[in-house]
Amino acid sequence: MTTPLTTPKRKDPQKRTTVPLLPPLARSRAALGLTVAATEGRFALQHCADCGAVQYPPRDACAHCLSVALHWRDTATGAQVIAQTTVRATIDPYFRERLPWRIGTVKLDAGPVAVVHLHGDVARGDRVRLALHLDRAAQGVIVALPPTQTEAMEDDPLMRTLTNHPRHRRILITDARAPVTLPLIAALQKAGAAHVFVGEAEGWRRWAGRDAIAALPGVDILPLDVTDEDSLRTLASEIGGKTDILINTARFIRPGGVMGQDTVFAREAFDTNVLGLMRLAQAFGPAMAGRTADGVNSATAFVNILSAHALSPDPGFGGFGASQAAARSLSQTLRAEFLHSGLRMVNIYVGPTDDEWHQPLPPPKVAPGALARAIVDGLIGGVEEVFCGDVARDLAERWQAGPGILEREITGGGA
Amino acid sequence: MTARAPYDGVVLAAPVTVPYQRYSQETAHWWIARALRGALDAAGMGPRDLDGFSVSSFSLFPDSPVGLTQHLGLTLRYLDTVPMGGASGVVALRRAARAVQAGDVDVVACVAGDANRIDSFRRLLSSFSRFSMDAAYPYGFGGPNASFALLMDAYMAEYGATREDFGRIAVAQRANALRNPNALMKTPLTLDQYIAARPIADPIALFDCVMPCAGAEAFLVMREGDARHRNLPFARIEGTIERHNAFPDDPMQLRGGWAMDADQLYAMAGCGPTDIDLLQTYDDYPVISLMQIEDLGFCPKGGAAPFVRAHDLTVTGDFPHNTSGGQLSVGQAGAAGGYLGLVEAIRQVTGQAGPTQVAGAERAMVSGFGMINFDRGVCSAAAILRGGDA
Repeated sequence: MTTPLTTPKRKDPQKRTTVPLLPPLARSRAALGLTVAATEGRFALQHCADCGAVQYPPRDACAHCLSVALHWRDTATGAQVIAQTTVRATIDPYFRERLPWRIGTVKLDAGPVAVVHLHGDVARGDRVRLALHLDRAAQGVIVALPPTQTEAMEDDPLMRTLTNHPRHRRILITDARAPVTLPLIAALQKAGAAHVFVGEAEGWRRWAGRDAIAALPGVDILPLDVTDEDSLRTLASEIGGKTDILINTARFIRPGGVMGQDTVFAREAFDTNVLGLMRLAQAFGPAMAGRTADGVNSATAFVNILSAHALSPDPGFGGFGASQAAARSLSQTLRAEFLHSGLRMVNIYVGPTDDEWHQPLPPPKVAPGALARAIVDGLIGGVEEVFCGDVARDLAERWQAGPGILEREITGGGA
Repeated sequence: MTARAPYDGVVLAAPVTVPYQRYSQETAHWWIARALRGALDAAGMGPRDLDGFSVSSFSLFPDSPVGLTQHLGLTLRYLDTVPMGGASGVVALRRAARAVQAGDVDVVACVAGDANRIDSFRRLLSSFSRFSMDAAYPYGFGGPNASFALLMDAYMAEYGATREDFGRIAVAQRANALRNPNALMKTPLTLDQYIAARPIADPIALFDCVMPCAGAEAFLVMREGDARHRNLPFARIEGTIERHNAFPDDPMQLRGGWAMDADQLYAMAGCGPTDIDLLQTYDDYPVISLMQIEDLGFCPKGGAAPFVRAHDLTVTGDFPHNTSGGQLSVGQAGAAGGYLGLVEAIRQVTGQAGPTQVAGAERAMVSGFGMINFDRGVCSAAAILRGGDA
């Protein structure tokens, strides 16, 4: 039985904040396949293309037939726990702070044997469901979970380190005016968020929907303009130390490619979507990075919403698409810069959203509520790469299979 | 099964232990040099007389045994390194013995030694193997203690062994160690103390664990004629076996490589388990000693716990086991842990064991086990030695 987390006490300002430590970081190249699978919330292992044997630990040649044709495939998650222990002594500083720590040996239905983290509700002899999650070092690790949902299972201290769950956390959403913001607040509060701060640029300019957000309990609207460093510095000095999750909903989008335009809209798109991301990270990143070990409501994730066309542009939105590709690149740099703090950089890729700027486009389009749910599900799942909606998933799949072909299919010539 | 060639005409001599130290600023090179010189002195040889060298060590970096050879001023026509942890002693013996028999080398000094500075153990673990890095350490970093705790948990669940059963191994070895002036553990150990010990990784507690330390062990492999010429007491090799990554499809390691080859070991030696006067198992943890007692044919599989209950494992008992105290009470000097039992066994069958001497010891079995790569010890080996003039 998992003891549900209780609301954390107010932080004692005289106490030094626990410095974030990481579990063991080093992995071989083959093992990074586990990490990539974990970023997408998939349970994948290497399968031998010649004899079909499933491999674990990750390796460079099949342990049954020596073939080097090993491919990462989604794998059956069923397993049985055949041994368990509780680690009570370790020389590793990260785990030392978190003892006692339960691990077990599992025999996978798919064949191999693995040493895994054990959820508090499973023990030797149990059937379990395996999942790959990112640990605090952003490396993929296997966890043995109860096969069906158990009460408060996400409150297990192990799961808190492997996910970015909103429960008990304080969330900053950067743009109140974004269509996704209202359903996102609802979804976060349903998931147990302690408080939501919502940023609003140019507060003098009235907009429909402001009253609906202002009326919500547990929500504050505060000045925030991603194109203005001073605005961000001021807000960070007020709430930076209690921002546990930051969700950047600020987005400048206009249709238009390159030809027949001037650079005005593109400049605004880059200022908001690319430099805005930089400014947010520079203003809020350091405090968040310093607080990833700060108890139950530790800082945990910086969330970016990107068009799936960051991978391969739609020429009808060429200027916007370029800003998305640039923002994606920055997010990868930020992921590296945040690595040693344990702060996660989460990208939510979404196809055309169902809003005014995509009005002429045919369906399928993503409704704000669906995007909001995908964001919160992504936080609960602890993933780093979310593809929300059919278009995004389709683009991602085709991009993995052949980026050159995808480009030609989008830009014309593909029937 | 192809008949294995006997080890006629080649013998083991000059067993040397350099007394262990818990922590030492000295390097592995320093410890190995002391052991090597001790063995050469016993044989009346100088370093320039030596033409064969086998080294096992975890802490020579950035040197390999090649760098060590020049460091120590040796000129060799046989240079070997055995990176097999607790199986290193028996495996080094196997290689050297065949080379001496074939005339490729006259005298091989087999040496194992390791440094132990404050951070040595953590640095050793952090770069032990790919599978450890990818599939063991990220899970609690319990090190070998956690890996063997999983094994012990499965063994207890499968065979019904209790913590007291494992404790009997530790208690008997401590009694033996109290006779050994070189043992790092100097105080008696009772079963109650074993049970009440600080938990490390359930069910493993403090007295299931060896104490890492600095130290070195050595012996010489040479022709029988050479040993006689030098007036050295010597031990014969009656049989040896070696097996790595045995039973890879066993989900948990409840049996080791010896189970595949023990029959061949006894066949080579022309004897059976009841002819063995003393047994040195590789005791990184008592559960592994129990596994060796089973897999080497002293009792049926799963029967080691009742076997240990029914026998006296001290040097004056009816089943002398780990007569110097084993690693659990003497200390584990890195790779020298793979030599400890072998060097003590040579002393025992040549009547040189002094305070730990088993009366009338003629035949000794030595077992090695090592290199927990991820979830199981990969290496295993065993040998039967007999007193030279028996």
